[in-house]
Amino acid sequence: MSTLLIIAILLLGFIVVFQIAKASEYVSVLKGEKKTFEQNNRINGFLLLAFLIVGLIGVYWCNELFKGKILGEAASDHGEKIDTMLYITIAITGIVFLVTQILLFVFAFKYQYSEKRTAFYYPHNNKLEVIWTVVPAIALTVLVGFGLYYWFKITGDAPKEANVVEITGKQFGWIYRYPGKDKVFGKKYYKDIDEGQLNQLGLKWDDKASHDDIVTNEALYMVVGKPVKLVINSRDVVHDVGLVHFRMKMDAVPGTPTTMWFTPKYTTAEMKEKTGNPDFEYEISCDQMCGKGHFSMKGIVKVVSNAEYILWLAKQKTNYAMSHPEEVKPAPAATADSTVTAAVNN
Amino acid sequence: MSNEATLHGHSEVTTTHDVHHDEHHGHHHKETFITKYVFSQDHKMIAKQFLITGIIWAIIGGLFSVLFRLQLGYPDQSFPILEDILGKWAAGGKIQPEFYYALVTMHGTVLVFFVLTAGLSGTFANFLIPLQVGARDMASPFMNMLSYWFFFIASMVMISSLFVQTGPASGGWTSYPPLSALGDASEGSKVGMDLWLVSMALFVVSSLLGGLNYVSTILNMRTKGMSMTRMPLTVWALFFTAVLGILSFPVLFSGFILLLFDRHAGTSFYLSDIFLASTQKALPNEGGSAILYQHLFWFLGHPEVYIILLPAMGMVSEILSTNARKPIFGYMAMIASMFAICVLAFLVWAHHMFVTGLNPFLGSFFVLLTLLIAVPSAIKVFNWLTTIWRGNLRFTPAMLFSLGFVSMFISGGLTGIFVGNSTLDIHLHDTYFVIAHFHIVMGVASFFGMFAGVYHWFPKMYGRYLNNTLAYIHFWITLVGAYLIFWPMHYQGLAGVPRRYLDFSGWASFNQFDGLNRFISIVSIIVFATQLLFVFNFFYSIFKGRRVTTQNPWGSATLEWTTPIRPGHGNWDGEIPEVHRWAYDYGKDGREFISQTEPVGANESKH
Repeated sequence: MSTLLIIAILLLGFIVVFQIAKASEYVSVLKGEKKTFEQNNRINGFLLLAFLIVGLIGVYWCNELFKGKILGEAASDHGEKIDTMLYITIAITGIVFLVTQILLFVFAFKYQYSEKRTAFYYPHNNKLEVIWTVVPAIALTVLVGFGLYYWFKITGDAPKEANVVEITGKQFGWIYRYPGKDKVFGKKYYKDIDEGQLNQLGLKWDDKASHDDIVTNEALYMVVGKPVKLVINSRDVVHDVGLVHFRMKMDAVPGTPTTMWFTPKYTTAEMKEKTGNPDFEYEISCDQMCGKGHFSMKGIVKVVSNAEYILWLAKQKTNYAMSHPEEVKPAPAATADSTVTAAVNN
Repeated sequence: MSNEATLHGHSEVTTTHDVHHDEHHGHHHKETFITKYVFSQDHKMIAKQFLITGIIWAIIGGLFSVLFRLQLGYPDQSFPILEDILGKWAAGGKIQPEFYYALVTMHGTVLVFFVLTAGLSGTFANFLIPLQVGARDMASPFMNMLSYWFFFIASMVMISSLFVQTGPASGGWTSYPPLSALGDASEGSKVGMDLWLVSMALFVVSSLLGGLNYVSTILNMRTKGMSMTRMPLTVWALFFTAVLGILSFPVLFSGFILLLFDRHAGTSFYLSDIFLASTQKALPNEGGSAILYQHLFWFLGHPEVYIILLPAMGMVSEILSTNARKPIFGYMAMIASMFAICVLAFLVWAHHMFVTGLNPFLGSFFVLLTLLIAVPSAIKVFNWLTTIWRGNLRFTPAMLFSLGFVSMFISGGLTGIFVGNSTLDIHLHDTYFVIAHFHIVMGVASFFGMFAGVYHWFPKMYGRYLNNTLAYIHFWITLVGAYLIFWPMHYQGLAGVPRRYLDFSGWASFNQFDGLNRFISIVSIIVFATQLLFVFNFFYSIFKGRRVTTQNPWGSATLEWTTPIRPGHGNWDGEIPEVHRWAYDYGKDGREFISQTEPVGANESKH
């Protein structure tokens, strides 16, 4: 019912606008074409100037409104670089934006039709054209320079001490793999994937290196202040590991592993304090269209202290143990705990 | 030619036909309804066919965006009427995820290809090239007709895909495999995707037939005296557009063919190491590269941006100059910058792929080349600004839309410097920032160029004017609305809000924009309704608009205004006029304008 009402109101509005428009056309014929033209021209000239002024106020207001809702402090070293680059770019483009928009609308207002004015015949001026080829070129060189400097820092090789974690996208979720004590990922083959056997990644059990690999869907754990390198995979279609707080992003492509690395600056607990939000979590968003569940493909990053990391890792059951419950004897819990405590104390 | 003759209608014009012997021209008194309005070979009629088909597509594509904006603005609310109309796609009055993705996919495909490529350059290349270079028709009117009808068939196939049971393609307008290659990965990748690919293949054929025609017409059929450097900038822009299309569409075509093979012939061009959760099966394909498709797609995809934008730039240059009563500033620089854009357009495609695992060293070249495009773009902007400087501006609706174009082009162009910089792209890639960027610079700006063109050349197309008051309402609401919709999206993008999400309620990082999303949705509905007002104005004015009574209503120097008010097939009665000067002698030696057909006087000043 309300929909019909809205449609009826819309239609009525249309008819009213149309009738006014038609009437104004008759009026313009009566008034004379020249007079109508001059009147319209003045109105539109004024509106163009008004648009500029109101628009610039709107730009300022919009910024005030949203600046608190975007770009909290970057939570990684690379994120800081990206933010710096962002501010440099905003400064340069902001100046250009203001100058050109103001010139555009002010010229439009100032040089609107007047019977007294004749247009200035000015077909070209080589000097001017050289100026506005060279100046933008210099500004862009600055931007390219900074951009590539940061780009190579961010995409350069990960430090040797970096923790390596594998993250694999699937429709619609994330699988994380840790290499275990040997720090080597076991071989895997996608045809060996068998979810019934709890082998989500198709680990090859004849490769011993796979036996201590830990595979989980729970969260991506990383140590604060320690570089982490992600090896990114996909099991089906193209996904993308989007880490908004770290300002990082990399596609997950089936058949072609990709990598990224960064150093998280704050633990999840610290971020809870910083943001004043007790439920804060670092979220992993899928940033590449991957099917109907794309919008809900969420993962969690837990940034923890080194001690917490070791403790957490030690509590995890290896994928091999989960897939082969009959072979692996349950390890005495006490022993595991004592090793962990020892490790933490070291 | 006397003014009086030009006032005569179409039928009287035929009496003068015998004096010259132009083949197409001679035919036109035998025209039937079918040959005149349906299988027409008159470039002007084909242009109108493209335009009207484009308008219908624009309404459909716009409507899609209204639907998905409803979902984004009101994710918790249900609209029972949607279920009545859409059935299972809106079960319970809520737009279902599959359908949401189908909507965004179709919105993109339709607007990028069917409206802003076919509807824009199809219309104005067909209409303006022969009229502005002084030709009676295209080099091959028959191919030109085929070009429209291939577009029409492509349209029909695309429309039909909306009605298949599994729904239309829903993998985004870029249709990246493996998602688009595997029916088991997504409903939309079943029959809908096949229809999408077939439709796009037909579209490429249409675009090539048209493009080859435009280029050969411009190169071979210019009238006497019309050297390349005397052509209006519209023709130059359309020329570069056609060249871009001819060189890049075949690459897209090849990409689509490979995708079809992967879908149906068991090949592995794009597929490797895939295990589908929906079937719990591993696919046999190994060794393909999903990234290969992205290279092939963006090799067209990036030039496509300029295929959309260049015609608008050309028309805006022409309209700004005409209504500023002042020559375009830096004519040669305008051509040079378009040429530079055209060349660079082929060298930047991988900036869409900075985060695909592309070699960072390779990426750095694409950063450099991408940001280089800002230089010719800056030249164009400053030249437009200088064109209106010290002019005597008439704010016709076409002029307003041209000014709006420049404003949009600046705003959207500058954000290109953000996303073209790989460092920033890491954060901004596939967020609302990208949405804001390309909608402003490519979507809205090109639409403004198209509206400017329609308002400016409507009198030439139909011999009538569009209603001015409706035009002004249309302009102001669209300009303000477009900024209200897309400006705040930059902030969403900076916050990292990903595109193609239909509901943010599950996300702590992205759910802070509920109010804004609702605001944007309301504005976009208002703006969409305003476009319907334009459509109404368009069709009403074809039949009932104020009649054009003078041959050259805008006081323009270009050749199309030397034709009769309602030109027949063949455009000029009698001889094709000879050209003696460039297209922009406005305000020279104290004269309002000097038509291109006027010989250069002995005392005329030089520039």
